[in-house]
Amino acid sequence: MTLIAQTALEAVEGIKDGSTVLVGGFGMAGMPVALIDALIEQGATDLEVVSNNAGNGDTGLAALLAAGRVRKVICSFPRQSDSYVFDDLYRAGKIELEVVPQGNLAERMRAAGAGIGAFFCPTGVGTPLAEGKETRTIDGRDYVLELPIHGDVALIGAHAGDPMGNLVYRKTARNFGPVMATAAATTIAQVSHIVALGDLDPEVVVTPGIFVDRIVHVAQETP
Amino acid sequence: MTITVTLDRTIEHLDRGPLTRDEMAQAVARDIPDGSFVNLGIGQPTQVGDHLSPDSGIVLHTENGMLGMGPAATGDDIDTDLTNAGKVPVTELPGASYFHHADSFAMMRGGHLDVCVLGAFQVSERGDLANWHTGAPDAIPAVGGAMDLAIGAKDVFVMMSLFAKDGAPKLVRKCTYPLTGLACVSRVYTEHATFLVGGSGVTVVETFGTTVDELAGRLDLELGLIGS
Repeated sequence: MTLIAQTALEAVEGIKDGSTVLVGGFGMAGMPVALIDALIEQGATDLEVVSNNAGNGDTGLAALLAAGRVRKVICSFPRQSDSYVFDDLYRAGKIELEVVPQGNLAERMRAAGAGIGAFFCPTGVGTPLAEGKETRTIDGRDYVLELPIHGDVALIGAHAGDPMGNLVYRKTARNFGPVMATAAATTIAQVSHIVALGDLDPEVVVTPGIFVDRIVHVAQETP
Repeated sequence: MTITVTLDRTIEHLDRGPLTRDEMAQAVARDIPDGSFVNLGIGQPTQVGDHLSPDSGIVLHTENGMLGMGPAATGDDIDTDLTNAGKVPVTELPGASYFHHADSFAMMRGGHLDVCVLGAFQVSERGDLANWHTGAPDAIPAVGGAMDLAIGAKDVFVMMSLFAKDGAPKLVRKCTYPLTGLACVSRVYTEHATFLVGGSGVTVVETFGTTVDELAGRLDLELGLIGS
């Protein structure tokens, strides 16, 4: 059963130190800023964060990093024009980084959510990111063995959710949300709208409620 | 490579200077077949979109989960939930669709994307691509979707300056920067010339303000000609 939390702080209750936290968003689009702010207040530390980027500006993921709560970041693209919080931590040796090609990041979480033990992927063959990994030639093409990424918790943003936990997203803010929702033991979604049971057309539900444990309403500037 | 060259011989354009960046983007746009599904990389390749005709039926893919991407958004059209891979606000065209990241990259790896256009630090004569990391000790590595695009799209076009700031050629026998993908590039568009790479080596398609012989002198490469 999906819990409708009254506050973001209630939604992130129980996240333990040392957790692997999947954080949705591509840049700021789809980033669950209210849940991250609540996680900062909640206090869990020594976290391993999996997200496409490593924070923008001073808010959201960047604020969690700045608060010193993150031991390691697994992401595809840490370096951006406004990733100064991460950049300084990394250069000071205060944070670990694992760079993963963006499609592998998505597929490794998809595999986790789908119960796949590992998969052979053509991305990165012959590059430094494949060093030390098992390879296999299948039908004349080379592949690298990639392992799933399981989250203890996923924090995602969505457009609307219903009391079953069914979610729909908005435009490119969808990005990693549906994949991360499947890959974590506990998935927590901040939604711009909570709608009544039956108000979401079952044909357009993107993330079925089975993947969603808690939702919380957070008003957004966007519609 | 799936797209063929229409020229029957190499052309030297000697009545003009090197291509401007905008002309390079035009040259790339001209070579993308109508009806293609195309991903334009961050930075210079994004300019190619300005030269695609609305009647071409070309559909732009952005790896953050959209097909049917329109031009950059301005004014009231700016929506923080609708951006391209460079996090720039964009617009949607009629017939657009949204999807999650695993589907977006399945479109690349699964061979559904026809063309991607990327920038590069180096491209080798056999089409190896280096465009994600300089390897400098203080550089923070960031790969994004470059490796997935490089091995996924049916044709990978590179747009780059032919020489680095220090004058070193960027079209090389063997890449010295960390690789993004092996034997994945099919064409290289530069201000001085366009090239086919991979397979039998480097073939010059067109030159701009220079001759093939002059280029051969500046590049440590054997340059083939179309129709020879």
